[in-house]
Amino acid sequence: MTKRSRLPLNSALVVGGILTALLVVTALVSLVWTPEVPTRVRVALRLKAPGELGLLGTDHFGRDVASLLMVGAWNSLAIAWPAVLLGAAIGTAIGCAAAAWKGIADEIAMRVSDVVFAFPAVLSAIMIGALVGSGPLAAILAIAVFNVPVFARVTRGVALQVWTLDYIAAARAIGKHPLRITWEDVMPNIAGALIVQVTIQLALAILTEAGLSYLGLGVRPPNPSWGRMLSDAQTYLSQAPHLAIAPGIAIALSVLGLNLLGDGLRDALDPTLKGRGGSTS
Amino acid sequence: MTKRFLTAALLLSVSVIPAYAAKTSLVVGMPIEPPGLDPTIAAPVAIREVTWVNLYEGLVRIDRNGKVQPLLAKSWEVSPDGLTYTFRLQEGVKFHDGSAFDSADVKFAFDRARDPKSTNAQKQIFAPIDTIETPDPATVVIKLKETSGNFLTYLGWGDAVIVAPESAATNAANPVGTGPFKFKSWTRGDRVELVRNADYWQKDKIKLDSVTFRFISDAQAQVAALKAGDVDAFPNLGAPELFAEFKKDSRFKAVAGNTEGEIVAGMNNAKKPFDDVRVRRALMHAIDRKALVEGAYSGFGQPIGSFFSPNHPAFVDMTGVIPYDVEKAKALLKEAGYGNGLSITIKSPQMAYASRSAELLSAMMAEAGVELKIIPTEFPAKWIEEVFKAKDYDMTIVAHTEPLDIDIFARDNYYFNYKNDKFKAVVAEAAKTTDEKARFAKYAEAQKILAEDVPALFLFQLPKLGVWNAKVQGLWENSPIPSNDVTEVSWSE
Repeated sequence: MTKRSRLPLNSALVVGGILTALLVVTALVSLVWTPEVPTRVRVALRLKAPGELGLLGTDHFGRDVASLLMVGAWNSLAIAWPAVLLGAAIGTAIGCAAAAWKGIADEIAMRVSDVVFAFPAVLSAIMIGALVGSGPLAAILAIAVFNVPVFARVTRGVALQVWTLDYIAAARAIGKHPLRITWEDVMPNIAGALIVQVTIQLALAILTEAGLSYLGLGVRPPNPSWGRMLSDAQTYLSQAPHLAIAPGIAIALSVLGLNLLGDGLRDALDPTLKGRGGSTS
Repeated sequence: MTKRFLTAALLLSVSVIPAYAAKTSLVVGMPIEPPGLDPTIAAPVAIREVTWVNLYEGLVRIDRNGKVQPLLAKSWEVSPDGLTYTFRLQEGVKFHDGSAFDSADVKFAFDRARDPKSTNAQKQIFAPIDTIETPDPATVVIKLKETSGNFLTYLGWGDAVIVAPESAATNAANPVGTGPFKFKSWTRGDRVELVRNADYWQKDKIKLDSVTFRFISDAQAQVAALKAGDVDAFPNLGAPELFAEFKKDSRFKAVAGNTEGEIVAGMNNAKKPFDDVRVRRALMHAIDRKALVEGAYSGFGQPIGSFFSPNHPAFVDMTGVIPYDVEKAKALLKEAGYGNGLSITIKSPQMAYASRSAELLSAMMAEAGVELKIIPTEFPAKWIEEVFKAKDYDMTIVAHTEPLDIDIFARDNYYFNYKNDKFKAVVAEAAKTTDEKARFAKYAEAQKILAEDVPALFLFQLPKLGVWNAKVQGLWENSPIPSNDVTEVSWSE
């Protein structure tokens, strides 16, 4: 059950995989190469159309849009990844504990999750920003906080199923500690579901990061971010629509890619889950 | 839209529509909401933009050309030694609460403003005053300790409007003045409504029945509000790049005027490394002001090299004193011991001119090896708290829109933390000098000192990009003083 010889391919998996690979490769390449220095201001060359100067034109300060987009991809992932991993780690721990001990611990964990879940990421980002100062750290924390209950619920759900299986009952009968059962018997069986959830939450995290940066709560200028590129582009919409279209498409494709990848992975990893809602947004 | 116009034109041409009365209400859009409505206790310009001459009146006023005109004082005499000002007051003037205006109110208002506990933002207006006498209800005699070249001009500012003892304490929330419009309501975060004062002492001059000030900070929303007709006028449009659209649109009048607002990146002169003039000069050398105006304000706005409005006759162009020169900037930084780089922060408020300039400054300084980190802040509340009061900052950027405010660099405890005794002496001398030519020469000297000493990075003059319905007449095209004077506004039909 835990070993599979090969992943059955499906179209969602392929398209999602390609789009996500594109995002990751773009982000990684931006670390070593961009067509222009993304923060270099060339006021004399401002608001050039795509093709006229650089692949995607220049923005209101004459910066190269393609370069900004590439570094923006990195910044987007640099916030989304740690945020989701942090949220997943804490959430999974809570979910596992709730499933292992049930009873009052389960109740508390789930009710607290409900409360945290009631706060949208943007709202918690504003609150956290007020505490630690707005910036990338606040954005990571806010998105992580938002992810904790998501993972707690998903983990609890699948872990409870595993706990009803016969071999877990056997393990308990011989006096194995719940922590060891969780680590050795439950985790391997729920890993697939968690990987799917991480993928889907990454998509949501990228979207949230863009939203936070759009509001000025995420990546700080002059460090490029897709969200802020969108907000900067707003007032130039009539003069230079490409300034809004480029980051808009980048965000849409990244989110679509990760969502498809998540769906594809879920179908591939566990056909019995097919058709069940996975996204908790 | 065009269709509607054609139809209207057609109908008008055959004269089937009887002439109907012109509109008598006006909605004015503003980017920033005032924190209160009493200009005599706080600095924010937004307070004046709602209340000055609309709601409150001073002894004199500044007109649209920057000249002093009589208002509550119908005339005045100045003694030959320049120390005694005798004002004859308008009679029969009433405050909005019905109480009569007389010389006692003038004395009260000025004594309140110059009280040591007063939070008046422009105390230098009242500093030269020695005594205020009220020989009769219609006469005020003000004796000065020393001559003051700008005394009358200052009395025309929002900080010197006349408030009544009965209502002064509550003016911030429920303003009571003598002006042509009285306070009706304030929906926080949205609008302030004023209505015609039926007892106004020159009511025949006023054409409008009501004025509403709406607060819309987002430039895109400002444009939408204008186009939808929700707002009749935006005297200071937030986004210069959207201004061009209105220029082409015959339904609107779009006027690029000037203001008294110098956009400066103030530095904390008491703090390292800004206590070193070489660093300050290096940072100034690193800035290409022309490119800055182009990038931050679509080319509107004149570069400045010191702290003086180009509209003022005493203005001297100082942009050549420390010109754009990256090599020189690097050399000066090296000399000051920052050859291996320097990392500083700038607290940048949300206004488009500020945040865009900050981003450009950051890019320009990077070329000279200086890392300028941008920390966003909120104007006015958070900025006043952190920068203006607590002085917890390296660098910041705002427009100083008061006219003739070069003396802010001579004030102790002002947020720049700048101390220069020579400059102080020159400014004090200028303020005392009543002879215009001699006073202007002193101001020129003061401008030069600032240009060379760079207590703040002098960037450019904030333009006034006004857009209003083409049928609205009487709004100001320039801003010699921060205001939205609607007393001469009417609708044409």
